[in-house]
Amino acid sequence: MSSEDTPKDYSESPINLEYFYTAGSATTRFLNQVKEGNIVGQACPKCKAVYVPPRGSCPRCGVATDIEVPLTDKGCIESFTVVHIPIPGNPIVPPYVCAMIRLDGANISFLHLIQEVEIEEIRIGMRIQAVWKPKEEWTHSLENIKWFAPIDEPDVDVATLRFQES
Amino acid sequence: MSDSKDLLRAPFELAYNYKRSSGPVMSKFFEALGQQKILGTKSTAGKVFSPAAEFDPETNEPLKEMVEVGPGGVVESFSWIENPQHHHLIKEPFAFALIKLDGADTSMLHMVGQCKEADLSIGSRVKANWSEIQEQRITDIKFFTIEK
Repeated sequence: MSSEDTPKDYSESPINLEYFYTAGSATTRFLNQVKEGNIVGQACPKCKAVYVPPRGSCPRCGVATDIEVPLTDKGCIESFTVVHIPIPGNPIVPPYVCAMIRLDGANISFLHLIQEVEIEEIRIGMRIQAVWKPKEEWTHSLENIKWFAPIDEPDVDVATLRFQES
Repeated sequence: MSDSKDLLRAPFELAYNYKRSSGPVMSKFFEALGQQKILGTKSTAGKVFSPAAEFDPETNEPLKEMVEVGPGGVVESFSWIENPQHHHLIKEPFAFALIKLDGADTSMLHMVGQCKEADLSIGSRVKANWSEIQEQRITDIKFFTIEK
């Protein structure tokens, strides 16, 4: 680019923050299981709520979630959004769907992709299951799951997912 | 709580690909750097700001008049970096310095390279060295060196 005849409207100003992420004991336990292809939530000993991914304590009761609860990779879409705007550096081409996934037996949901279905067909309550990467690619990451895809099961009424004190 | 050495730990990089809009005044400053010139802005009272300021911080006067300053100047203050880290642009020991360029009344933060700590002092005369590639950025000035 010639500096003489090109007006300078903006300059590239990338900001990079490099640091180490330490998972903590609850997330370490969770991710060690994820590496083996297992999804293991953690339950509150008081209110019995099951958290996945677990953060180590129950925000409702303020106690450690030291009960491990193996979960299935099936669940339903609790909520979703259609992403139309590309994010720099993100290899996924819009439009695509990000959804809050509520696994069976869990009391919270987490964010993941929905694929293998027309966007127009995606709905709250839809039954879905994880589509895993090949086992040799598994690491300590929920990215071991490529995305979630619909399964042929009746929709769930998400109102029934609301937490009930036991 | 498990032993901390058993915890998972991984390097993480958070990056934002910002583009910074320079505005009419700073655009001229950066364009000039691309031509190996250092500009400042001059207030009606005659005070010269370099790097260019868009407003006089004391009078709030918008500053538009551009004047050339440098490429020589005086070190007003400095901080010696004996062990440069990977993100530093100079790999040998160097100084971050506030440099008041000839003709300017304010100082510019930049680097002084190719010198020993003992050779540098407040009041040292320094001169801009230009980068091989001009990108209309402040790093078009590679660093300053002590004037012989």
